Amino acid sequence: MSETIVLDPTSESAPATRTRLARPSSLSGETIGLLDISKPRGDVFLDEIERQLIERGAIVRRYKKPTFSKPAPVDLRHEIATQCTLVIEALAD
Amino acid sequence: MDGNRTRRTEFIRPNRVEDGGAHQALGHLHFVEYREDMATPARELSSTALSDGLTVVVKRDCETCQMVEQVILEITESTSIRVITQDDPAFPESVDREHDNELAFSWHHDIETVPTLIKVSSGSEEVRTVGWSQAEWQTITGIDDLGASLPVMRPGCGSMSVDPDLVDALRAKFAGDGLAARQVEFAQAEDPFEAMFERGWTDGLPVVPPTRERVLRMLEGTTRDPDEVVAIAPPDLVELTVEKIAVNAVMAGCRPEYLPWVIAAIEAVCNDTFNMHGLLATTMPVGPVLICNGPGTKAIGMNSGINVFGQGNRANLTIGRAVQLVIRNVGGGRPGEVDRATHGSPGKISFCFAEDEAGSPFQPLSVQRGMPEGTDAITVFAGEGPKCVVDQLARTPEQLVATLADALMGMHNPKLVIGFDVVLVISPDHSRIFHEAKWSDAEVLEALYAATTRPGAELARGVGGIAEGVPAGFADAPALPKFRPGGILLAHAGGGAGLFSSMIGGWVNGEMGSDPVTVAVRP
Repeated sequence: MSETIVLDPTSESAPATRTRLARPSSLSGETIGLLDISKPRGDVFLDEIERQLIERGAIVRRYKKPTFSKPAPVDLRHEIATQCTLVIEALAD
Repeated sequence: MDGNRTRRTEFIRPNRVEDGGAHQALGHLHFVEYREDMATPARELSSTALSDGLTVVVKRDCETCQMVEQVILEITESTSIRVITQDDPAFPESVDREHDNELAFSWHHDIETVPTLIKVSSGSEEVRTVGWSQAEWQTITGIDDLGASLPVMRPGCGSMSVDPDLVDALRAKFAGDGLAARQVEFAQAEDPFEAMFERGWTDGLPVVPPTRERVLRMLEGTTRDPDEVVAIAPPDLVELTVEKIAVNAVMAGCRPEYLPWVIAAIEAVCNDTFNMHGLLATTMPVGPVLICNGPGTKAIGMNSGINVFGQGNRANLTIGRAVQLVIRNVGGGRPGEVDRATHGSPGKISFCFAEDEAGSPFQPLSVQRGMPEGTDAITVFAGEGPKCVVDQLARTPEQLVATLADALMGMHNPKLVIGFDVVLVISPDHSRIFHEAKWSDAEVLEALYAATTRPGAELARGVGGIAEGVPAGFADAPALPKFRPGGILLAHAGGGAGLFSSMIGGWVNGEMGSDPVTVAVRP
């Protein structure tokens, strides 16, 4: 049996490459989502970020994943994508 | 073939015996020297289709085929017969024959035995017989005294098209196999084993090259179609087909009969309840632990005894490994990427074992979890490596429970409670103590839950100089259980000697993490 031809064990899919959005020149007037992944004390970190963003004239919206151990539900991802121009995710523990 | 020169191809040929009985006929075998120029060469196979009339498939390497050569010749005297030979194109020399040199005819018409005599009318098969049966050959050919001098019956031999050494290649060549995976071709100068390491397809150990032949053979282990989607594989959320599981099962070293267990394990881990995604992503040293129950564990040769968590048993090791290779290769879950484990565990290569049901005083774990008795089933548990619990002096169930409870309290941190489950694997030497005292699994569990319950004052943060613990608000709680209801999974396994048991600590349980899942294994 020849072993030089094998079947691909992978998903055979390449991740889509996306160009990064241009860095905004100012945060003033931007709607920024803050996503708490539900790790302990993530809210402490995000409270401080929120305070600083508001100082810079941004509009802040807060979101929370039900649990850090599972991917964010698709509805939550959709909500953030439609309501915000930028998002910050807190991985604090 | 080597031209027309004479070679020593000795073959046994029955003498025509007009009046011989059954035993006499075989007594008249003799050797002749065969020269290729004695016989007209075989024609190539005219068609893989069946042709109307009689067809017989034979090979030289079969005494029964050699015995029926005279019968075939007899048939040609009154009617035509298509003779198809599998091995030697010069056999049978006395009749015109076609050589099925690629075994295409034999494959497509499911020839399992030679000789096989087939009668075809209007393009469809009417009847066939395998081996030599005087009565059946006479009926099929309509020749009353056909082979009258031969024994009334002789079994045939295996067809070359079902030869274990050839069948995989034939299946790959002829079967409409329905495989969809991309073929990857290595250069002649490449070592396939090295090439698979370089492509990132392995867990750090060599894998078996998943050739088309091997994957098709693996798929023989299940009745499911290769394109059936079994699950959505995390973390890349890819549709996971039976075929892709089979490819990775080949790589892991599985035998085809293990495939249903691999598929069941995949079904059990790839869902929101078990949360394989979170298990991958966590920094804790946990992976899927597969606990197998049912008569099928014995049928496929799983180990439930000596060195049950260790090396040396192909089924245990390769089933667990296949599951992890599927997650790695199809799901895309690789260490350093989505897999963020601080230390990990050797069990993340493979951690799979069978429960010792025959020697157990308890109900099998699968039955405790609601499966009917005697069902092949897998329970998956998000667990770390096993830890030994020693008690060589306990002689009563109460004494043993006290030791087990102390060890269980220590799991992860003695002051962390409720958030983690455990699999407690009792050894035969320890289970005997419960058995002699007539304790059922329910009674053992009840005692363990009670003995692992502590007042909040012992568990609060800061108590005993240990910062870790339950939040201060729980300090007044009179009793906090180490384990939630159902949080201790009781199993029985291990060698016959050793007053030790073993515990497998879990990951975060419930909605926040993972719940154990039990599924039936279906063919």
